Amino acid sequence: MRTVWTASRIVLLVLYAIFALFPILWMLVISFKSDSQMFNTIWIFKPTLQNYKQVLGASGYLGFFLNNIIVSAGAVLLSIVVGVPAAYALARFNFKGRENLAFTFLSFQFAPALLIVLPLFIIYQQIGLYDSYFGLIWVYQLITLPLLIWVLRGYFEDISVEIEYAAQLDGYSWWRVFVKMLLPLIGPGLVAAGLLSFIFAWNNFTFPLMLANNNVETVTVASLNFIASDTVHYGQMAAASTISVLPEIILALSIQRYLVRGLSFGAVKG
Amino acid sequence: MNSAMEQNLQVAKDAPIRAADVKWTRKYRPYLVLAPSLLLTIGVLYPFFMAIYYSLTNFSFKQPTYTFIGFENYVNMFSDPSFWHGTLVTTEYAILSTGFELLLGIGIAMLLNMQNWFSKVMRMVLVFPLMIAPVIATLIWQLMTNPSVGVIAHYLRIIGLGGFKWGASPHSALFSVVIIDVWVYTPFVILLVLAGLQSLPKSPFEAAELDGGSQWFTFKNLTLPLLMPFIMIALIFRLMLSTQEFEIIFALTNGGPGDTLMSLSLMSYNQGFLNMNFGSALTYMIFLWVIVYIVSQFLVNYWMKAQKKASGM
Repeated sequence: MRTVWTASRIVLLVLYAIFALFPILWMLVISFKSDSQMFNTIWIFKPTLQNYKQVLGASGYLGFFLNNIIVSAGAVLLSIVVGVPAAYALARFNFKGRENLAFTFLSFQFAPALLIVLPLFIIYQQIGLYDSYFGLIWVYQLITLPLLIWVLRGYFEDISVEIEYAAQLDGYSWWRVFVKMLLPLIGPGLVAAGLLSFIFAWNNFTFPLMLANNNVETVTVASLNFIASDTVHYGQMAAASTISVLPEIILALSIQRYLVRGLSFGAVKG
Repeated sequence: MNSAMEQNLQVAKDAPIRAADVKWTRKYRPYLVLAPSLLLTIGVLYPFFMAIYYSLTNFSFKQPTYTFIGFENYVNMFSDPSFWHGTLVTTEYAILSTGFELLLGIGIAMLLNMQNWFSKVMRMVLVFPLMIAPVIATLIWQLMTNPSVGVIAHYLRIIGLGGFKWGASPHSALFSVVIIDVWVYTPFVILLVLAGLQSLPKSPFEAAELDGGSQWFTFKNLTLPLLMPFIMIALIFRLMLSTQEFEIIFALTNGGPGDTLMSLSLMSYNQGFLNMNFGSALTYMIFLWVIVYIVSQFLVNYWMKAQKKASGM
């Protein structure tokens, strides 16, 4: 009975794994096919790097890739600067309206993006933030800040208050304690939350679609151009997708250990 | 740690060092520390109030000025049959994708909750779809279902289902976007439920095993109630975010074929960026926000109850 259960467990998991991983594998396979091999769905073929050359060389894709890095990294850095103190305050201090404030940060996730973006489009046009790096970085806070605050709050709560008091009694200022003791302790959480919010910023499509143009166009928006063109080069489309996915897969693997924790929004303690 | 003891400690520690400003610091420090992030947030919240105002005007890039027109945009919206169709599409999309993601996600998380190398490897790779931008995911699915080069289309032809048209047919368009949503976001539910499973206390399960309860009995009466807070968080996040889903529908069918997939987000985008009627575009989103707000309040209350129940056991 037990072996039957274990076996069926493995079979079900493998079935889901095929569903989850096959599309990524197929994208990878297609990206190495030349246009002439595209129309037969065979697995054995002579791989070519032509698609990657085209995408990286001629189409200006590298620039969009760079834009995405600047905007996403900028948003994460800004979130860290303001979010770490906020998470600390929400974890440590007992003050009026604490839970309401904490929930307010989280609730930004639920506000329809278009509700903010449509007026922002008008405002950005007027004050000149449209199609600028800072304009996008600012609006990306809607995604990165709540995530960072909620993940880090859980980490801060796990650190015993007595450590802080002991250090302060030894004569260290609150700031020294924060930088020298607390930051190293929440380090892993900070890295995980930072990378996770980087991934979500990287993936965003709606904000750059509406608030950016040629200047700061990102890969997610640029990828759509591969369908819009008259002749669809499927190989290039796949190569472009592969390039845009690569950093995220690498990041996902490197934060694997913290991922469950990070996405549980402080629900898992200890 | 929010106990009276902490406060006493705080006083004891603060008093000798900065006796003069202790009161001020104690009282306002949390707000000071929170101020930068609140400021940033207000910068994003300002457009929110502008949205409410603009929705009461006929703001449009087609004309140089605009006037306050009261609730005219709302009256027009509610009397438009395509709005009700959009509401229906939005509801169908949200319920179908959230439903499948929860069922699949809880199931897979239960299967993954083992300590062996196979589970560990699976946990590592099964989250990949969540890391991929929904737009890119849509492109990948388009590649696979393309009638001439698609691998899935090819295999469907072999088993005699070559006629399946995916996003191109009104009958299968909803199915096509929902399956992409499920592909991308099921890992999110898996991660949350796994986090829950790992936080479960051991002793009630040992007791249940001693009592000889069946696996189903244990699942229904023990695992599920204890997991409920985690499942509720997954439900809240997926339901709220899928009602606003824009990218997958936009990239796959742009609302079509016809108006099959014209969800409220798509309608709002078209009103704003194709017809340039920003005032009227915003009414759709304000309607959606009100609904989402009411539903999320209801669900959050339920979540808190589930949490109380789970921790009371």
